Amino acid sequence: MLTGTLITGLGLGSMYGLVALGFHVTYAVSGTVNFAQGSAVTLGAVLGYTLAVTLGWPMPAAILGALLGCALLGVTVERLLVRPFVEKGSDAWLLATVAGGIVLDNAMLFTFGKEPRSLPSSLAVTPVEILGTGLYPLQLLIPVVGLSVAVAIRTLFRRTDLGRVLLAVAQNADAARLMGIDVRRTVACAFALSALLAGAAGLLIAPLFSVSAEMGALFGIKAFAVAILGGIGSATGVVLAGLLYGLVEAGVTATLGSTYTQLVVFSVIILALALRPDGLLGRAAINKV
Amino acid sequence: MPRRPLSSRPLSGRSTPLTRRLALGACGALGACLVLGLSAAGAARAAEPIRIGLVTALSGQSAKSGEAISRGIGLAIDEVNARGGVLGRPLELVARDDEANPSKGVLAARELIQRVGVVALVGGLDTPVSMALVPIANQMKVPFLGPWAAGTGITRNGAADNYAFRVSAVDALVDEALVAYAVKTHRAKKPGMILVNNAWGESNQQGLTAALKAADLPAAGIEKYEAADLDMVPQLTRLREAGADTLFLVGNVGPSAQVVKSLDRMGWSVPVVSHWGPAGGRFDELAGPSAARVHFIQTFTFAGNTSPKALAVLDALKAKYPAIKTMADVTPAVGIANAYDATHLLALAIQAAGSTKGPEVRDGFYKVATYPGLIKTYDKPFAPGQHDALGPQDYVFTRFQNGEIVAVTN
Repeated sequence: MLTGTLITGLGLGSMYGLVALGFHVTYAVSGTVNFAQGSAVTLGAVLGYTLAVTLGWPMPAAILGALLGCALLGVTVERLLVRPFVEKGSDAWLLATVAGGIVLDNAMLFTFGKEPRSLPSSLAVTPVEILGTGLYPLQLLIPVVGLSVAVAIRTLFRRTDLGRVLLAVAQNADAARLMGIDVRRTVACAFALSALLAGAAGLLIAPLFSVSAEMGALFGIKAFAVAILGGIGSATGVVLAGLLYGLVEAGVTATLGSTYTQLVVFSVIILALALRPDGLLGRAAINKV
Repeated sequence: MPRRPLSSRPLSGRSTPLTRRLALGACGALGACLVLGLSAAGAARAAEPIRIGLVTALSGQSAKSGEAISRGIGLAIDEVNARGGVLGRPLELVARDDEANPSKGVLAARELIQRVGVVALVGGLDTPVSMALVPIANQMKVPFLGPWAAGTGITRNGAADNYAFRVSAVDALVDEALVAYAVKTHRAKKPGMILVNNAWGESNQQGLTAALKAADLPAAGIEKYEAADLDMVPQLTRLREAGADTLFLVGNVGPSAQVVKSLDRMGWSVPVVSHWGPAGGRFDELAGPSAARVHFIQTFTFAGNTSPKALAVLDALKAKYPAIKTMADVTPAVGIANAYDATHLLALAIQAAGSTKGPEVRDGFYKVATYPGLIKTYDKPFAPGQHDALGPQDYVFTRFQNGEIVAVTN
């Protein structure tokens, strides 16, 4: 039972981490987040299903197509729902991205249909037994992908030119602009990456569960809680918080039953934030006057 | 731009008043359009139809069930209208989507009763929605007719003046049938329960506990899950460790499929006896090959049904709804059949009442004598204190096979 709980917790936790990383990426670069992340999770799965099952594309092409679609969504959200407000000094992007997510969810409800569907995957057919617990190979792949992406993003920020550009924009957009950095494009890139991460999470979990036009909503909310819990400015913190969230969620469900899951998990989050208001690995934000 | 923490950002920016004005303006314009549209439609009709309100989930996970209910009602209304309607007036359906949300159901019901002036309400696919609609029906004295939700308290609601009727299964009776089936077919000695955590799960927890007690069987455990849960392995593991030899499953199609997938991953081949949630959608696609091992209760099935009435209704459905091509498109058949019979019974009740006034239509239900319906021939289906037209003798056990719901033969 312990192994099953651990793998379930790590699997879901790394997915929360992946979506939460999306919140982190845009926040780190622009100080804004895309609250339509949950819808990007849905879009990844829905596009994957449509391309692979409805249109019969080979799986790799369908995955690539779905991820590209999500990246495009990220760019669109930034251009239409974030940039116009930020440039006017308004915080209305908060509501604009929430509204954008609702519009997208409903658009998918109309086009994809109301019924949940099943996305087949060769990695989720025959369970393999590990330490007495049956698991699909995909369940093992999910935490691996989640953690690899987190490491890749950390490396991207620390070791590559693009990462340095992103950080430069994050630290001082005006100075970065004077240095010849295209700030707008950089921020757009961050939003594309953010939605792509969410879409990847959607694609990964879809074969384990089901594809429906409303699958991402709760995911987006949990992932935001994870991002805040981890300290939204820290990639490592966010992923760590995701794993922790997944483990606590699975642990509470296994021991107390899922009636108490949300009650306990969100109480733990409130407690954790009371003890560490800036998140597990977050640094206190400095208000420049 | 200096970075500020999210929490220090004011929620209202400079542009808010303008946004608010725009939003208010848009709402106003939309409202005006609706009012104009409705009144224009009202003026255009010469013979005032008798309107029936439908409040059900037409989107979301239960959408397919909602569609089945709509089709059953639609076909019955066509048949009634072809015979000249009721009291010389045609029947007309006004449908609202409750999105499986009780608050939205309540809003829709009030709008249908107060503004559209419906004679009766049909619907409430989900027990929590039905439980919210019943007090309104009783208070406003408008009959409510349930073609799906099985919560015991919907019809047995304790109101002195009860307006809630049902042509569907009743949890308390279903639970007795589930226990009897598990004992007979699977020789269950210590069954476990895996139930959705809402009013429907609650209703069945009571029903199953009582039925097990009556059968003198212990329960291995009672586990709940949230409808949005993605993984039920922890709950199922607890049931397995408690020694469950059969599982009673209560939940809608999505979570029911997750239960089966979780069982697959655990490699636990325990028999599953289920309420009828799996019938509400593409259960076999969602749950995979193991879907077939879930035996669930139904009040009706088209598959293997050779009664002339069933064949005639199937043909009529195909003629009216071209989207229906195979037997897989008439699932869930219970939604179609319950709603079809319910609508005909409602028409007979209005006819017997000789009026469209709520209290008189309610008493009209008691006056319905015999109706040769799709599920069975109803003989005095309703009486004061007996608001359920179907009982255990009308239940059949079924499972999925190649996208169809087929009866299980033992």
